[in-house]
Amino acid sequence: MTALIEVDNVSKSFGGVVANNAIGLDVEEGSITGLIGPNGSGKTTLFNSIVGFHPIDSGSIRFEGREISNLRVPQIARLGMLRTFQQTRIFRKLNCVENMHAALSHRGGTFRSMFAKKSGQAEERAEGLLDFVGLYQKRKLRAGDLSFGQQKLLEFAMALMNEPKVLLLDEPTAGINPTLINGLIDRLRLANDRFGVTLFVIEHNMRVIMNLAEHIYCLAHGELLADGPPDELRNDQRVIDAYLGAH
Amino acid sequence: MIGKRLELPGYALLAVFGVLAPLVFPAYVQQIAMLWIMIVFALTWDTMGGQMGYNSLGNIFFFGAGMYIAAVCQIWPWYDVGEYTDPSGSLTTSFTTDQYFLGLALGVVLAAVGSVVLAALFGLIVFGLRGPYFAIGTLGMAIAAGELIGAWDWIGGGGGIRLPVFPSGTDADPLFRVPFGDIHSADLQGVFFYWTCFVLAVLTFVFLRWLYRTRFGLMLNAIRDDETKAEALGVRTQLYKTVAWSISAFFLGISGALFGNIIGFMEPLEVAFPTVTFGIFMVLMALLGGKGTLWGPVIGATLFHIIKEVTWTHLLGWQWVVLGLLIVVTVVFFQQGIVGWLQERRPEWFGIEVDRGTAGQRADAEAAEALEAALEDTGGPAREPAR
Repeated sequence: MTALIEVDNVSKSFGGVVANNAIGLDVEEGSITGLIGPNGSGKTTLFNSIVGFHPIDSGSIRFEGREISNLRVPQIARLGMLRTFQQTRIFRKLNCVENMHAALSHRGGTFRSMFAKKSGQAEERAEGLLDFVGLYQKRKLRAGDLSFGQQKLLEFAMALMNEPKVLLLDEPTAGINPTLINGLIDRLRLANDRFGVTLFVIEHNMRVIMNLAEHIYCLAHGELLADGPPDELRNDQRVIDAYLGAH
Repeated sequence: MIGKRLELPGYALLAVFGVLAPLVFPAYVQQIAMLWIMIVFALTWDTMGGQMGYNSLGNIFFFGAGMYIAAVCQIWPWYDVGEYTDPSGSLTTSFTTDQYFLGLALGVVLAAVGSVVLAALFGLIVFGLRGPYFAIGTLGMAIAAGELIGAWDWIGGGGGIRLPVFPSGTDADPLFRVPFGDIHSADLQGVFFYWTCFVLAVLTFVFLRWLYRTRFGLMLNAIRDDETKAEALGVRTQLYKTVAWSISAFFLGISGALFGNIIGFMEPLEVAFPTVTFGIFMVLMALLGGKGTLWGPVIGATLFHIIKEVTWTHLLGWQWVVLGLLIVVTVVFFQQGIVGWLQERRPEWFGIEVDRGTAGQRADAEAAEALEAALEDTGGPAREPAR
């Protein structure tokens, strides 16, 4: 297994607050990797740094061996690294199928392809993926009319439509109805299994992440605290202390 | 879907009206020509403000730019522009029919091309702005252009340019006169520009109708709904925004070239860059008809133009009060516009599906069931309890 994402010595401060301090981690190709940590430990900041949402102060981020810390969000997305948002972001006034079409990859698009008609092939794939997340019945509904949980499912389906190599998921189960969680976890695992998408997941729900991930990194106060397989991390005294607030 | 069924009769009605209007209402040819230009204003504004969610207050810039570019193209091949626009008026000029129409054709083409180039250039600057900052930034652009042109003596400065006179009856090419019969040259000018304006409006509409059905149209809507998400999906948002603005500029540039020739005279503040009249009208018309829809701007522009012409004729002195009221009422109480309101009340007419019955808990329960059903179909991995 080779590392798809290599984060090396990355630091990021906002004013006087050090959100990330010399973080180093690897996401193996084809794996499901977890990122945990108490609130304010710098997980989302690290995600934002990796996908190019803001520049980093120092360090290096490589994707497939290529330095990407100087690229911007759309460029990185076109390389095949996609993220979903903690607060779902979908195109509210478009219906689900249109959302899926809008999510089609922009890799290698020519000027002419900007004006292409919607292809039947894409339509089929969109409907297939909507079926995959259980939204087929709702495919003609406006995305803004869906429940929060359904919007999360739609956002996930849109990400798959884009055919990324790696997907960064920021709390995929946060704020959604518990009845949906099981199904969503299955979907994540299937996406990894069947479509070969590497997953890098921020998650607060310990049972979810311990079940899902093969390797977990734990952040605290902007620093990398510990990492290892779920079982090892579950019993790590430093991780327990970080969550319970011991120093 | 009533919307679909109404579309064809709608086209037929507009086409019949467009073709017959100059014959049935010869006294109103210029007003109806102006209606076609208003429709172009509303349609091209809506490409930016409605479809893409970028409320530009400076689109009128391309109208003025097109007007000036066309004027220079009409004069420059035959006379020195500086001498021609000299306020002392020492230069006597006359244009032959060939010179006039050659200059006009060149003017229209270069007005369109020039406006596109300007849109691409200014797009680099203003598309760094979003929301109200974009609106103010573009407004500043249009106002500054008016002031700068006013200080540029070579093209007439604040005194403006009078355009070449439309070829008179005796001089006009017989071939050109045939379709119109033996009519007075002022009427001939009216009819000629009526047709060019009508063709421009039809071309604009047909082009945008096609555009909104392509991937490009979808991406404009995506940028409107959530630009950050679009970027996160890898969309070249800057490129899409610039091309959309260039499309607006293309048609606006041509409309400016035609309008200048209809009026026969241009000056920077009132005619070429009228930010407080046409610049605001185009926003109001799109809002009134329903922004973000194809037909909304057409309906809004038609209604607005009728209201405007009627108040200017029968309520002189109060016309600005009426217009002000219309703006306030539209913006405060009727933001979705006529077509938008219809879409809300009768979504089935437009093929929009709504699901009023399920929300919140029930929807989630339904989604969970659907998920499990889908999972059984696909034979996914055995589930471990997550909670």
